[in-house]
Amino acid sequence: MTLLETLISQSPALIIAVPLFSAFLIPLVSRINAKLRNIFAVVMLGFTGCLIGLLASDVIVHGPLIYIFGAKNLSVPLVRILFEVDSMSIFMAIITVMLAGIAVIYSWSFMSEQDGLDKYYTLLLLVVTSALGMELTGDIFNFFVFLEISCIASCALIAFWISEGEALEAAFKYIVVSAVGALFVLFAIGILYAQYNALNIATLAHMLQFSFLDKIVLVLLLVVLGMKAGLAPMHMWLPDSYGRAPPSVTLIIMSATLASLYGVLRVVFTVYGNVLTTSMRFDLPLHVLVGWILIVLAIVSILIGVIMAFIQTDLLRLIGYAAIAEVGYIFLAMGTAIAALGTPYGAIALQGGVLHLLNDALDIGLLFLVAGAIYYVTKKRSLDEIGGLARTMKYTTVFFIIGLLAVAGMPPLNGFASKFLIYESVYRLNPILSIVALLCSILMLAIFIKVLYAAFLGPELPALKDAREAPKSMLLAMGILAGMAVLIGLFPNLFLDTIIKPAADALLNHAQYISTVVGGI
Amino acid sequence: MIEYIPYITVVAMIFIGLYAVLFRRNLIKIVIGISIIESGVNLFLVILGYREGGVAPIYTSLPPGTTYPGEMVLPVPQALTLTSIVIGVAVLALMLSLVMHIYRKYGTLDVRKIRRLKE
Repeated sequence: MTLLETLISQSPALIIAVPLFSAFLIPLVSRINAKLRNIFAVVMLGFTGCLIGLLASDVIVHGPLIYIFGAKNLSVPLVRILFEVDSMSIFMAIITVMLAGIAVIYSWSFMSEQDGLDKYYTLLLLVVTSALGMELTGDIFNFFVFLEISCIASCALIAFWISEGEALEAAFKYIVVSAVGALFVLFAIGILYAQYNALNIATLAHMLQFSFLDKIVLVLLLVVLGMKAGLAPMHMWLPDSYGRAPPSVTLIIMSATLASLYGVLRVVFTVYGNVLTTSMRFDLPLHVLVGWILIVLAIVSILIGVIMAFIQTDLLRLIGYAAIAEVGYIFLAMGTAIAALGTPYGAIALQGGVLHLLNDALDIGLLFLVAGAIYYVTKKRSLDEIGGLARTMKYTTVFFIIGLLAVAGMPPLNGFASKFLIYESVYRLNPILSIVALLCSILMLAIFIKVLYAAFLGPELPALKDAREAPKSMLLAMGILAGMAVLIGLFPNLFLDTIIKPAADALLNHAQYISTVVGGI
Repeated sequence: MIEYIPYITVVAMIFIGLYAVLFRRNLIKIVIGISIIESGVNLFLVILGYREGGVAPIYTSLPPGTTYPGEMVLPVPQALTLTSIVIGVAVLALMLSLVMHIYRKYGTLDVRKIRRLKE
């Protein structure tokens, strides 16, 4: 029993260390055998997943856990880095490692005909490391370092198909946006350090005075992390990178995107948690102001995502715009939760938003994998050039139908559970928002029904006569995602009670997050 | 007034860099713009840690008579700056290699002629 407890207490460090070291072991392993390399990547991610599961079982029961890198007893309080894991961080880590595992399984067949795969797996594990680091860290400068790692590694992955000019273009756009953004995060961190002489998130939250400079910091962090999360009107890099990266990579970049979204939540709920009720101009409390700004941007994201998805002919790009709309739904829920802080429906909106984080990863991930399977079989991107694929790709068609119903929020699937929570609670704040969200969901259904007809139904095309079903590992990856979507759709309460509610409560309970560090040491 | 000059320089550098990123059409100039922003932010961090007449924060080589920690410059911002410089080099190298590949592919560095990803 003591071994298990030791493992749990060391796991925050191991969760980062295992993928990081295996990332750099991959080139060595792949010298021996290509198959061994794939098995190694799956096993190492599986091990990380087990550690995350163990840590989750501990954190959800016992509250936040801290892990100290560096001096434990020193009179100078700065010479250390803290990792602080609460239910929300561990929930995000579960999503990240799940997406990564599925992407690696999918890559087994999908990337098998490419070369340079040792570097591919190294970069892939580095993005996973950075996303996990952003989610588990309790130090704001450490967050910046992981943000930069994720931006460098994701950029290299987006440009993986380097013979295509568009992939290079998407990667350049991504790195310009991320590099400038990350520098502004560093600037904001510098301002915070200059005022409070601390870099620890909990300590900063404890000491925050909400001066004029802190308002600037809030704006900088919200804009940059919102941009990295794909919030309109800073979304322009997202469909390019999602549409041009290999679809297995898209899943990994999506996990980095969700980690930035977690950053937004951490900044608003924890760092500014103590001052959210401060009155601003016109007697408006800060949380109402921030909440409504997020809501307006979220509605713009949903509208842009749906409208732009309507006119796309490139399937991967179309799903990229749908992903923007999904991010909009998450921010709509989070904005409502912030604007209606302290009310019961605010708490429900937060639960809906947290559940939708998971559902967004599952649904959009599934659709990307299906689009990747179509690309793998036909080597075509445009919807105009494919058709009648249901004849040969039976399983893929079924998975696509599950994905489209889930992303549109149809009842037996997971999208319904979270979107229903969101509509219900947003309606209490303002009915019009709820109506817009609902209508856009219906439009989303229309868009994907169009895709279903264009790609899978209709007459057989002579050019695609020798199309076949996707390989087994790709079907397995899609099957896991589809299975999870159905499972969450059928038993939402099972997930709500075990992981969603603790995560949402952890976000609201910033006092506990702060006291774990400030009181404990 | 004189003590504000470093901060004014920081703001000026960040705005010059942003101007280059937003309005220049040449990819290399965009990369240069990002480098200028980075230098500005690094300068900001270094200024934060400076103390008038302070000594280097190394315990073993303190000049006799100095008291800890009041007369040392702050070590943490320097550590932050070093980290940021290292990351900056990696980003710069990656961006330049992308620019190189783009030039090979399209034969130009003008953003207007490269844009294929629209809509």
